[in-house]
Amino acid sequence: MTPAGADAGVDGGPSLTPPPSTRAEQPAAYEVLGLKETEYRLIVEKLGREPNGVELAMFSLLWSEHCAYKHSRKLLRRLPTEGERVVMGPGENAGAVDIGGGCAVAFKVESHNHPSAVEPFEGAATGVGGILRDVFALGARPIAILDSLRFGELDSLRSRHLLDGAVRGIGHYGNSIGVPTVGGEICFEAPYEHNCLVNAMCVGLAKREQMVRAAAAGVGNALVLMGASTGRDGIGGASVLASAELGEGDAAKRPTVQIGDPFEESKLLECCLELLGEGLLVSLQDLGAAGLTSSASEMASAGGVGVDIDVARVPLREADMEPFEIMVSESQERMLAVVEPAKIAEVVAVCEKWQTGAAEIGAVAGHGLVRVLHGAEVVGEMPVEALVDGCPLYDLDPAAPEGWIYDNRATLDPDASAAETLLALLAAPSVASKRWAFEQYDSIVGSRTARRPESADAAVLAIPEAGTAIAVSIDGNGRRVACDPYAGTVEAVLECAQNLACAGAEPLGLTNCLNFGNPEKPAPAWQLDRSVQGLADACEALGVPVVGGNVSLYNEGPEGPIYPTPVVGMVGELPEAGAAAPSAFAAEGDAICLLGPFEPTLEGSELAKQRGELGPGLPQPEVAAVAAACAAVRDAVRTGALASAHDVSDGGLACALAECAIGAGLGCRVDLQHLRERGCTPEEALFGEGSGGFVLSGERRRLEALANDGVAVLYLGQVGGEEIEIAAGDRSLSLPLADAETAWRSLGERI
Amino acid sequence: MRWGVLQFPGSCDERDALHACERAGGEARLVWHEERGLDDVDAVVVPGGFSYGDYLRAGAIARFSPAMEAVADFAAAGGPVLGICNGFQVLCEAGLLPGALLVNEGMRFVCRQVELLADGPISHVSRGKSAHRRLSIPAKHGEGRYWAPDEVLDGLEANGQVAFRYAPGQNPNGSAREIAGVRNAAGNVLGLMPHPEHAVDEMTGSTDGLRVFESVAGVPA
Repeated sequence: MTPAGADAGVDGGPSLTPPPSTRAEQPAAYEVLGLKETEYRLIVEKLGREPNGVELAMFSLLWSEHCAYKHSRKLLRRLPTEGERVVMGPGENAGAVDIGGGCAVAFKVESHNHPSAVEPFEGAATGVGGILRDVFALGARPIAILDSLRFGELDSLRSRHLLDGAVRGIGHYGNSIGVPTVGGEICFEAPYEHNCLVNAMCVGLAKREQMVRAAAAGVGNALVLMGASTGRDGIGGASVLASAELGEGDAAKRPTVQIGDPFEESKLLECCLELLGEGLLVSLQDLGAAGLTSSASEMASAGGVGVDIDVARVPLREADMEPFEIMVSESQERMLAVVEPAKIAEVVAVCEKWQTGAAEIGAVAGHGLVRVLHGAEVVGEMPVEALVDGCPLYDLDPAAPEGWIYDNRATLDPDASAAETLLALLAAPSVASKRWAFEQYDSIVGSRTARRPESADAAVLAIPEAGTAIAVSIDGNGRRVACDPYAGTVEAVLECAQNLACAGAEPLGLTNCLNFGNPEKPAPAWQLDRSVQGLADACEALGVPVVGGNVSLYNEGPEGPIYPTPVVGMVGELPEAGAAAPSAFAAEGDAICLLGPFEPTLEGSELAKQRGELGPGLPQPEVAAVAAACAAVRDAVRTGALASAHDVSDGGLACALAECAIGAGLGCRVDLQHLRERGCTPEEALFGEGSGGFVLSGERRRLEALANDGVAVLYLGQVGGEEIEIAAGDRSLSLPLADAETAWRSLGERI
Repeated sequence: MRWGVLQFPGSCDERDALHACERAGGEARLVWHEERGLDDVDAVVVPGGFSYGDYLRAGAIARFSPAMEAVADFAAAGGPVLGICNGFQVLCEAGLLPGALLVNEGMRFVCRQVELLADGPISHVSRGKSAHRRLSIPAKHGEGRYWAPDEVLDGLEANGQVAFRYAPGQNPNGSAREIAGVRNAAGNVLGLMPHPEHAVDEMTGSTDGLRVFESVAGVPA
């Protein structure tokens, strides 16, 4: 896209003449490209002159929120990033942790929100493609994808359109490239109506000796661009699209969305892994947001060197592309490698075998500049430091909003009985079974998937290469974060830890995607600030390092910001994949117990939402107590003491019990009297939410033996029958299992 | 027993198939799509995936690969060939199996564990075992609806060439006459949409797929 209001200049980029400040009737070129005037002045100062069009285009992207993290970087310094098992941390293409046996697991979650809001199929597909490249850029073979999706309410046509497109797009890319989609979550809330969230996480497996960093090294080494040719797609994606609010005229932004080609990426993936396996590459980096501009600049920055890039040597889809377009194109399925001159022929041969492109487009240089050439002509020349680290970092100006800034909408009959309430909660799109979606994903390719979607609280993957297994979970409840950004974010981390505990896994590391509104406004800034603090404190308390992540800001529509949505992805290790507990009950007659410091309230709950009673405030989770409960469950799973394990989450204990029962085709008979002794009302005991609760089933003696000084275990009742019977004082209920199942499985027919 | 597992650009399940062949007993190697030599293998697997991206029509490009020319010769000489999912599509496109695989009735990709019935007393799968044996094997495809003209279907049934049917209520794609897999007239080429290579280990759900590999291995070369 040639930015509106910018003429083609002599260098082919947006013209800067007449000087931007004098063009009153039209916005200046830098403004169109998303830069503030102060930032433009800083660029002029750092260059000692006005930037030309190529340079301005490159600065505008690398200094965008999406690439420079200018409103979040200071906050992110609070996060704990170190740990014994950390192999690679933030700053690399993805984080990685050691799992023994000479192997490491690499993982990262990234957003593709605005592209998906504009064009859901391609937006979601290329979101998957991008996160896969981040992982194999390290030398890791992608072994799993998980997705965290948010849409407006299901009764909105737009939401159903976005949901359908995003799910098909994820399936299209993941299925075709042969990486299983093993888990994820989908939630529906009105504040995502205009601005949906599509966060994709990839997990990869690497031999440690084959892993590479994304740092350019060795003056005189060649830069080789591999994969697809470069076209005009996705120009300005990082700035115009990703770093601004959505609003009127978004359809016109469709050309900024890239088109995915999973076949091209499949070849590129195999090609890169073969090249790394044979030790032919010095370093490797994917081309994502801001294309060649960011990958080349960031590789140069990481290696403390400079680079020369000749755009005339970049293979193009359209012959007449301008230098600035070539530098900022976000065409998909491309990787940039640093190669020793003596090995170029071998690299090209491997690329030819995989029928993927390879072009030597430049070299590592000692001058500390990013120099863009067009044949013999220099068309851009900027210090690496100015491009990559020169962008000013902003302090936020946070202020807690007064009261509840989102709408409330009552959908539940105030006179609904307890059984009717349970049915309404089970049928809530955010709670109901997501089979409709996950059946559209290949969840088994690779032969590692020991627990398929919805069969356990976390995805479980066997890693025979290292004689071990991993469990992966992704979670984040924006509604609860909206109620209390700090507590809600702590809960998201705890939810992941609880999911891993049900699989018998111990957390190794965490990645996150912070989806928030406009950070230049006080309320989203406050949400972001409090949320990052919650993330930092929870990770610190659990001893789980943050090894990577992504920030997506400006998620706002005309009605205001989205719910603040930190999405947390956690990877843990368990000795044996087969040991992971299923979430569904296993056998008639088994005892059912509630383990953990679960003190449910209705604040921020699905029930409060349906009653239109949402407001600020959540109880503060007891992180240490939840961690102790996780440890108890984890150990019990590993020793085979449990027949099933499921954490209590959306919809509270009643929904958790119903899910365990539906999955097994077995009813249950329980009494929540003991929970009420903790001070809960019957309603809170049934439908209240909060961290720290596990529904366990098995032999009563073995379950009760899990209690210790820090961990409470309450006997609730027994598995069996064809009813879900819950005694809870004046809100006691009895519901046929078949009715509960019909409600819980109703999502597909409503899409 | 030496297995050759074809590998096209865009194949996805070739490593899984390799592993399954080894589990079923024997050695296995990948056969690159440009290879023409199959002299060292006793049986061939054409695996699942999205060969050449499958953008035109599933299997339509892969059938022209040099390796598929070799597979045609191998099959003509009576060598056992197993096509799984995309491999089944490729074998149909190549004319080594009758019929075609159309877009699923629901117009969406479906990944689901399905129950199969190994059909008929002369099925290789059920040889030496009770007929109509039930197998639990996952299916995952977007273009898996088996179709052929009625007279062809009648002929397949009359000749015992229907190797697998979906059990009642299990057909995930609208396949004609619940057909999940067919064999050629000679009986040495077998194709099916569900993935037996993903049912060779209890840890991942089932071991019923091993029987499919064992039955292929049992075909006299």
